[in-house]
Amino acid sequence: MGSESSPKIVIVDESPIRAAILEEGLREAGFTGVAHISEMHNLLARIYALDPDVILIDLENPSRDVLEQMFQVSRAVRRPIAMFVDQSDSASIQASVDAGVSAYIVDGLKKERIKPILDLCISRFNAFSKLQDELDRAKSALEDRKVIDRAKGILMKLKGLTEDEAYVLLRSTAMREKKKIGEIAQSILTASELLK
Amino acid sequence: MTRALRIGFIPLVDAAALIVAVDKGFCAAEGLDVTLVREVSWSNVRDKLNIGLFDAAHLLAPVAIASSLGLGHVKVPIVAPFNLGLNGNAITVSPALHVAIMAELSGDPFDPMATALALARVVAARRKSGAEPLTFGMTFPFSTHNYQLRFWMAAGGVDPDEDVRLVVLPPPYMVDSLANGHVDAFCVGAPWNSVAVDLGVGHILHFVSDILVRAVEKVLALRQDWSEKNPAVLAALIRAHDRAAEFIEQPQKRLEVARILSAPERIGVDPEVIQRTLDGRLKISPDGTMRESSRYLLVGRQGAARPDPAQAAWLYAQMARWGQTAVSPEALAVAMAVFRPDLYDAALGREAKPTEASEGIGAFAGPAFDANDIAGHLAAFKIGRQKA
Repeated sequence: MGSESSPKIVIVDESPIRAAILEEGLREAGFTGVAHISEMHNLLARIYALDPDVILIDLENPSRDVLEQMFQVSRAVRRPIAMFVDQSDSASIQASVDAGVSAYIVDGLKKERIKPILDLCISRFNAFSKLQDELDRAKSALEDRKVIDRAKGILMKLKGLTEDEAYVLLRSTAMREKKKIGEIAQSILTASELLK
Repeated sequence: MTRALRIGFIPLVDAAALIVAVDKGFCAAEGLDVTLVREVSWSNVRDKLNIGLFDAAHLLAPVAIASSLGLGHVKVPIVAPFNLGLNGNAITVSPALHVAIMAELSGDPFDPMATALALARVVAARRKSGAEPLTFGMTFPFSTHNYQLRFWMAAGGVDPDEDVRLVVLPPPYMVDSLANGHVDAFCVGAPWNSVAVDLGVGHILHFVSDILVRAVEKVLALRQDWSEKNPAVLAALIRAHDRAAEFIEQPQKRLEVARILSAPERIGVDPEVIQRTLDGRLKISPDGTMRESSRYLLVGRQGAARPDPAQAAWLYAQMARWGQTAVSPEALAVAMAVFRPDLYDAALGREAKPTEASEGIGAFAGPAFDANDIAGHLAAFKIGRQKA
């Protein structure tokens, strides 16, 4: 299977960004044979066509159960694989499940050659979720700003305030009620909607 | 003191007791603060239970056994002190395969032997004409669905490993795959059979209760070491789920149960479809034909919740029949010990109800199951992949 040079790795992931981040990391670490499958239909056939040594799949993917079939011998699966994790590897499983990735290793690849691949996946998956969190935070900050702008507009119109005065009023109310400015702004929007 | 627990589940109707136990406050009444975590694959549920991210889980009964035996994955001893459901699966076929089977059928279309023999004739005709083998979808290698499909077709002379293709498909992909012709049939739990019929892409050929009278389907699964360290919490969980199962089985509560289960963060399908499943009154054909069964899905009634080690033995026998493991008395004992009627009885302070369980597995073909002679039992079946 040519794994003495560089093991052939397949990434099964419907998220093109995450797959790209992982692929880049693997290439930088010298794993040159990396392929990506994003289409889940006929997954086993696609995997067998690529004949990989290592298969990586994200845990949000329901098709993970399809890969479990590779442990069986049947008409659909002629070359069964073995999971590299043995009884002593619970720490590896824990770390990978926490990060949201799982690895399936075709029988025959040495365990010490898998470790760096899995470690790299875990760190890249963690980096991706951090990125996703930051993106979500930025999105919600943007949402907050839109809500605050609209609440300011309502206050300016109803109370004849300037924009700065409206903002000060929102902020002082938020401090007094120990809430976020966004929450106070949202309640103003809700109230004005009700009173329309 | 309230005890916080995380329980993983797959959005299927047989997660009903778990969901109702939380959403109707039966867990809270037992001092349990349960967070239900919806998962996308059985592998995830198994792994998260195994490594302790979940305290308990909605699990395929054969996965609990495989995990305790270390088959297919890491060995983690599991206990199953409460059955979440018996039966509940169905075999759905594409309109084209339905026509083909009905054309070859002699006898009652609800008789699994008649349909299995008809399937064998369809398979033989396809082979003769050089057509691709039929493909059947099921949910997991260690699943009731896998064993039920195999048991049915093998009784008619169809070898599930040689004459057709059996492929794992995640339940949410089943209906699309049938519509696209990627599979010709599937065996899955509710609501997916009904969804296929409603969309006009499938006919329900059999309820699993045609094939087996009583088949354990999902269990409440916990790690053995956890259950030994937390006996009081375990007993409280069993009581909460027993109350939930009782609630679900009251016909006048079905509408409310269906609404609870239909919430987007729970099962997330039309409450009417869920109610059909709970009532055992299913539309089986796109033309609107209905079929009723009193045994379609049992959640607690007729003693369904009480674990029966003979059921574990039957599942273990299927693993052996299809080459997933070799028969050994030690492994059989481990498999049977996964099912814990003693924990169930202790938590509920009840005596066993042997009258209900005496019906046994009730398979439509082969001799009556005998847990004391698995090798002898399997020898009665012609088709199989038994390891020496």
